[in-house]
Amino acid sequence: MLFLRQVLTITAKDLRSELRTKEALNASLAFALVILLLFSFAFDANPEMMREISGGLLWLAFAFAGALILNRSFARELVNDCLDALISSPVPGAALFLGKVLANYVLLLGIEVVCLPIFGVFYNVRWAQQPLWLALVLILATWGVCVVGTIFSALTVNLRLRELMLPMLVYPMLIPCLMAAMMLTTPLLAGQPIEGDLFAWLRLLVGFDIIFTSLAVVLIDTVLIG
Amino acid sequence: MKALAVEGVWKFYGDYAALREVSFEIEPGQCTALLGRNGAGKTTLIRILAGLSRPSRGVVKVFDTDFQNRTTRNRIGILGHGIAIYDELSAYENLRLFASLYGLEKPDSAANHWLERTGLDRVKDSLVREFSRGMRQRLAVARAFLHNPQMLLLDEPFTALDDRAIALLQNLLRDALSEGRTVLMSTHQLREALELATHVVLINRGKLAHRGVRTQEMLDDPGYLYRTYGEA
Amino acid sequence: MREKTLYGLGALAIALLTHNIWKMLVNLPDEAFQGAIFRIIFFHVPAAFTCFTCFLVSLIAGISYLKTRDLKWDALGVSTTEVGLAFGAANLLTGMIWARIIWGIWWTWDWRLTSMLICWLLYGGYLVLRRAIEEPTERARLSAVMSILSFSVVPFVFFSIKWFRTQHPQPVLYGEGKMDSGYRAMLFGNWVPILMIAIVLVAVRMMQERRQREVDALRRSAHAF
Repeated sequence: MLFLRQVLTITAKDLRSELRTKEALNASLAFALVILLLFSFAFDANPEMMREISGGLLWLAFAFAGALILNRSFARELVNDCLDALISSPVPGAALFLGKVLANYVLLLGIEVVCLPIFGVFYNVRWAQQPLWLALVLILATWGVCVVGTIFSALTVNLRLRELMLPMLVYPMLIPCLMAAMMLTTPLLAGQPIEGDLFAWLRLLVGFDIIFTSLAVVLIDTVLIG
Repeated sequence: MKALAVEGVWKFYGDYAALREVSFEIEPGQCTALLGRNGAGKTTLIRILAGLSRPSRGVVKVFDTDFQNRTTRNRIGILGHGIAIYDELSAYENLRLFASLYGLEKPDSAANHWLERTGLDRVKDSLVREFSRGMRQRLAVARAFLHNPQMLLLDEPFTALDDRAIALLQNLLRDALSEGRTVLMSTHQLREALELATHVVLINRGKLAHRGVRTQEMLDDPGYLYRTYGEA
Repeated sequence: MREKTLYGLGALAIALLTHNIWKMLVNLPDEAFQGAIFRIIFFHVPAAFTCFTCFLVSLIAGISYLKTRDLKWDALGVSTTEVGLAFGAANLLTGMIWARIIWGIWWTWDWRLTSMLICWLLYGGYLVLRRAIEEPTERARLSAVMSILSFSVVPFVFFSIKWFRTQHPQPVLYGEGKMDSGYRAMLFGNWVPILMIAIVLVAVRMMQERRQREVDALRRSAHAF
């Protein structure tokens, strides 16, 4: 119970300061939209083409937008040495970590929910035909992105060139997660439910989330305390 | 019971030993000044005591429990180099946040109490970003004392503070000591710190050079301690 | 003494390799469909084995470092990762040469090629991370974490890419791939000297790391006082 309260305190703190400054949120949303726009130059957005690549397109935009949010996650604690104060407080590293993951999760999910209808309008995709399945995929894959991204945010927080290091290290780690999300999202946007072979991808997502959440929770103290 | 026991602590950076076999104890109620030149290992030791870094060898015990123990940390108040206050939160929100992180039962009243005590209650809902330097420092002091810690760990507390914050901190430390709480502060040679100190610990080149009672000579002549024990 | 053992091992590896190459060229007949180029598999596959053996050792070294905080594990970790990357590159390059001749293209986004490339990038990230950290103890700690995370994602990478697409010849160890027993013997026979070379490289690299650490410590003490 105490642990959960500590997690939520950290989440609330992060969300409150982010919503007040909107530094990461604005940048990230704008970035996602710019990427969605740029894709329209990369190929001819006809319905045929969109049926094949809509999932990939969407998740690339989300992954790029996510990197901006994740970069800020631990970096915001560096001002005034707040990170030191949190580490030396009675809050366990795992609670600090999960609190931050949760805050990033809420922010990134928010951006995704805003991007979806805009994507639908721009590319003429009826995206809401399988709302529940789509929600499930967003929930699972975004968690994977946030867990892996947040541990790397902690890992790179004291490095030179942190903003460059994070995406470079995180994207290869995220390939299985993003791949599964893309494979699932494409048929969902075309209106097909998840069935047959597609369940393998769903299982992969769940496995990815479980393994990397546990690993991150186990390793976070090592990352934070020198 | 010892307030703090440092037993045979080593800290390596690569093969370089920043701390070598440092051992000392602090009784409850003592006010100890941790002295040493820049690069002597003071900051390394303070970071270990604050739980920001692990000793490579040796043990640190706070109130006879392992210092990594999270409940022990409820009893320690830390004022580090940075002020550890969030610019984009209000003064009240900052104190409330740390009050709940430290598991206080009534975080709101603790926050309000300390805002009053540091004279910040007038501006409690303003964002810290808009505060003057001195106000931020007083808020930082309030954050360190917020949960009535049994031990206070202060890293160069007087170097960055303005007059009013120094006066506030000195008063709070005097009160804390009169209530039998323990204080450890790292410092150069500052009179403000030495006046309060009952004991001194001197670190030189990563080794414990001297520990003992703070004497009148140390207060009268700032170079005394280093000349006598330091440049070995 | 230790260095002499290493030289000995290296010399033995080269002798064995020369012997194997002789046998490959003279004794083993060309493969029925692929012709002479198929011999590249005797380097291609052992290189992949060696690469993942190295990554596995790097994982073990990472865990051991976090347990003991002894920097010799960090030296083992970075050495095996670097050598693993070298053999990973050998695997990719020999594969590309083979593909150019048999498939007529240098590269295709087949699952094995893609997975190997991703793993290579992952562990390349490990080296980039190391370069960004000055302080040896912090570097060791964070790279150990990176090594554990990287190794954990490898199975996911392989599964996901495998479901995605496949074109590569069936694996020789498991699965439906068939291979003549003479070829198979040569494949494993050639892994022995290649693995020996890897061991020599790792050992040399570890000695360098140790000396580097001594130099760093001396430099730090010189600057400290």
